[in-house]
Amino acid sequence: MTTPVVEAINLAEKFPGKVTADARPGYSGWIISKENLVEVATFIRDEMGYDALTNLCAIDYLEQKMMEVTYQVFKTTGGPVLTFKAQAERVDPIEIPSVVSVWPGAELQEREAYDLYGIRFVGHPDLRRILMWEGFDGYPMRRDWKEAFYEEDAKPLKSRWPEGKHKLAETRATFGDNVAFKPGFDPDKWIPSDPEELLYATLKNYKSEVKDGIKTDHVVVNMGPQHPSTHGVFRAVAVLDGEIVVSIKPVMGYLHRNHEKIGERNTWLQNIPYTDRLDYFNSMYNAWSYALAVEKMMGITVPERAEYIRVIMGELSRIQNHLILFGMLWNDLGSYFTPALYAFEERELILDIFEAVSGSRMMCNYYRFGGVVRDIDEASMKKIKELVFDRLPGKIEEIDRLLSENEIFVSRMKGVGYLSPEDSIAYSVTGPNLRAAGVPYDIRRADPYGIYDRFEFDIPVRHNSDLLDRYHLRMDEIHQSLRILQQALKQITEGPVLAGKPQYTHRVPVGEAYGRVEAPKGELGYYVVSNGKGNPYRYHIRTPSFVNITSMEKMCVGTKIADFVAILGMVDIVLGELDR
Amino acid sequence: MYGYGKGILKGLGVTLKRFVESYLEDLNWIGKKYSAEKTAFHSSKNQRGTFTIEYPEQKLPTPEEFRFVPFLVYDEGESGKKEIRCTSCGICAKACPPQCIWIVRTTDPSTGRPVPQPAEFYIDADICMNCGFCAEYCPFDAIKMDHDYEIASYGRNLLNKERLMKSASYYASIRPLNNAREVEARRAKEAAKAAKAG
Amino acid sequence: MSNNELNSPGYEIPEELEGKVAITTLDKIYNFGRRSSVWPMMFGLACCAIEMIAAQAARYDMARFGMEVMRPSPRQADMMLVAGTVTKKMIPAIVRLYNQMAEPKYVVAMGACASGGGPFKEGYNVVAGIDKFLPVDVYIPGCPPTPQALVAGMIKLQEKIDKQSISQVRWYKKGADTVETPIPFLGPDLIDPRHIPEIKAKAAELAALAAAASETVA
Repeated sequence: MTTPVVEAINLAEKFPGKVTADARPGYSGWIISKENLVEVATFIRDEMGYDALTNLCAIDYLEQKMMEVTYQVFKTTGGPVLTFKAQAERVDPIEIPSVVSVWPGAELQEREAYDLYGIRFVGHPDLRRILMWEGFDGYPMRRDWKEAFYEEDAKPLKSRWPEGKHKLAETRATFGDNVAFKPGFDPDKWIPSDPEELLYATLKNYKSEVKDGIKTDHVVVNMGPQHPSTHGVFRAVAVLDGEIVVSIKPVMGYLHRNHEKIGERNTWLQNIPYTDRLDYFNSMYNAWSYALAVEKMMGITVPERAEYIRVIMGELSRIQNHLILFGMLWNDLGSYFTPALYAFEERELILDIFEAVSGSRMMCNYYRFGGVVRDIDEASMKKIKELVFDRLPGKIEEIDRLLSENEIFVSRMKGVGYLSPEDSIAYSVTGPNLRAAGVPYDIRRADPYGIYDRFEFDIPVRHNSDLLDRYHLRMDEIHQSLRILQQALKQITEGPVLAGKPQYTHRVPVGEAYGRVEAPKGELGYYVVSNGKGNPYRYHIRTPSFVNITSMEKMCVGTKIADFVAILGMVDIVLGELDR
Repeated sequence: MYGYGKGILKGLGVTLKRFVESYLEDLNWIGKKYSAEKTAFHSSKNQRGTFTIEYPEQKLPTPEEFRFVPFLVYDEGESGKKEIRCTSCGICAKACPPQCIWIVRTTDPSTGRPVPQPAEFYIDADICMNCGFCAEYCPFDAIKMDHDYEIASYGRNLLNKERLMKSASYYASIRPLNNAREVEARRAKEAAKAAKAG
Repeated sequence: MSNNELNSPGYEIPEELEGKVAITTLDKIYNFGRRSSVWPMMFGLACCAIEMIAAQAARYDMARFGMEVMRPSPRQADMMLVAGTVTKKMIPAIVRLYNQMAEPKYVVAMGACASGGGPFKEGYNVVAGIDKFLPVDVYIPGCPPTPQALVAGMIKLQEKIDKQSISQVRWYKKGADTVETPIPFLGPDLIDPRHIPEIKAKAAELAALAAAASETVA
């Protein structure tokens, strides 16, 4: 169950025959008939004030022969999300109107739903595959689509015990590897279509022209997937007029690891270590949102001490995330590795704590439904206090002094990558980049979770919405995180850290839930659907990197290609989360 | 230009300070280059100067909860007999998120009934995600997460029962606090059982 | 390798020449040169890449092993550290990069994903181990391996280089070994050119089976 939205306007009464309340047990929100989707969505945006779309995902109800698209929207003035849905019969071609005209932030998310579920969004400006390549056979997230290494619908797999003869998955697969082809497929006769053809067709101004008697060509530049400053296997294709970016498109999927497909097979608990591998800088924050969603459905209350521990670990994680961002950004801007080394020093000390408490530096696997796996031992607690009170404030100040006023640095960043507040909201930008545009939206205050309402802290806001402001805003956030940490460490009480007994199987009541947290990179949300069995029916991850990248083209057009690197660095993407 | 290069100089001041510090700090550790004391200092809040841990001569201590690939605990019985704690109940294989544990249960050839011992036990280290669920939910303290991370090899790592087995004393040495707690819990359980029986 | 080791080829040095000459074998000096300047390719795939950066940073400092010069260009790199999950969409680029590297070249599979698919092995877009395409020299288990485990793996690679002989290594030989790995391509699924006959045969077999099944139904 999502938190029931108390809304003055009853959509079903306002639009009789077009909107009905979602009456399925455990579900909430509205079901809008797909013919009227755009009309009602415009009403929701303009009259009800839900100006930003946060999450859009498809669900395949195979038994009901129905495809559903769920939308979560929020008001940038605060408050919980509003959920509404559109349904279509599960007969190809499945068509649902696109809401890109209402919320441009839906663009990439609709492409994802098209890629993985084969839903055609009518009216979408650029409906291509996004995570898989053009020409891939099938829509892999559909529930009746099976991959080559498919074994069973749900874990635990029967072949592991009690007769668990070790057998490589390759020996079981039809083609001896993780590939599958249609019967009668002949590789020799297969004519490769140009995979980039569609991509290049969408690039604007990809043409030559005659200017002042000189024939000039626009140049297409490919960056990535192997490029030192794309922070992983991200690829961008830009059309340049000289050095100026005319058009740019993100190309992704090079690290698409099928989190959602695997997540639907995993038991509820087994997904927790997988969440660590989404934003691998912040494994301490990723599981929080998932745990929130599942705890909401199961109705578990988290013990007091566990809530404090979550805040402490989460804010430490935020600090090291921003530090690494600075280090890597400066590296990209040409100061080579020195600032990154300074940032890594503080990060290592924070990771030492994570390792002592959770057992692993990066893949913490620390959350459980109803708390955390183990208490912070005294030695680690002492170390956290030393870091937070004695070391970090001084070191952050030192890093600030190192480059914040550096003239080269400032002139590279000032006025670059502007995105207006209206566009930021329209493109569903969340996190520091939204706040740097002057929109004071932070889920920790706007839709509080955990115990954030107990702490005194400010939501830093900047107004120029350029790279420099985004940088300063993150610096401010580190200071606020330290403030939260100092209060949390003073207030933390003794007590249990896990509600109930540790268990590895969970019964989650039928229904849906959307959990959202303010992760260091923006809103991280999990939309989960349970059908009462041991594993999620739908497990969708709404990640800040993926949605924030929608606005990339808007920010880059008109700037120099060299600035693209800095702009991309400031969007703060991490590929594990971008491609999932 | 704003500042006329003052900001750059300010920044360079920080690097200069760090540069000098790294030499000054090293003077304090002459003759104790690889000592545990030095490692501890460079991992504390007072850390300054050279940050480098000179692995493999000097190593960062692994914290008790550190987890790498799992291993199976055996008790040393009389005359060095290896008594494996695992009862092949299969909980670890069920809890394992990437399903990298394979267990064959032993069956008594005469009765056909299962014997609480694994006949075969495999962990595919090329799938294992080091999450520690197997150790966390094992009711017999039989499977634990290892501290030995120096297991790089020239081939793939499919670990069989022989490779996985490590002694209880080794376990006690890497996780003393956990072991003490578990020993105490087992003792209390035995005592309760005895009291009930008596 | 210490100086002592390097200079002890097993030949006796006459007394009058002791301290004046150093004798070593060609293999030893060759290996010493290579193992002390293994330049990795700057190329990170996933989570493991972050630990790789951490290992390059001040605390673990791979520069101590001559491995600090991360080269973004494959032409200048000696070692490909495959740090992370290899996906079908990415593998053509990886194989191409490997082919572009100058020999001698080494491949290290860092972490479970690169070694054998890792926790994502069952995924539809994941290649279950880089060794299906490239010859891997060292496998480092762990998810992710800690920087120290990575350095331990690098030492293992150095040991391997130490044992090689200039007359035996494959890149100085003629023949099939020096042929480039064919670059896989993306069709309806990932197609490895080396497996095309098998794929064709199997697909034909499946088609025959399907035809037989439909006949029995009819």
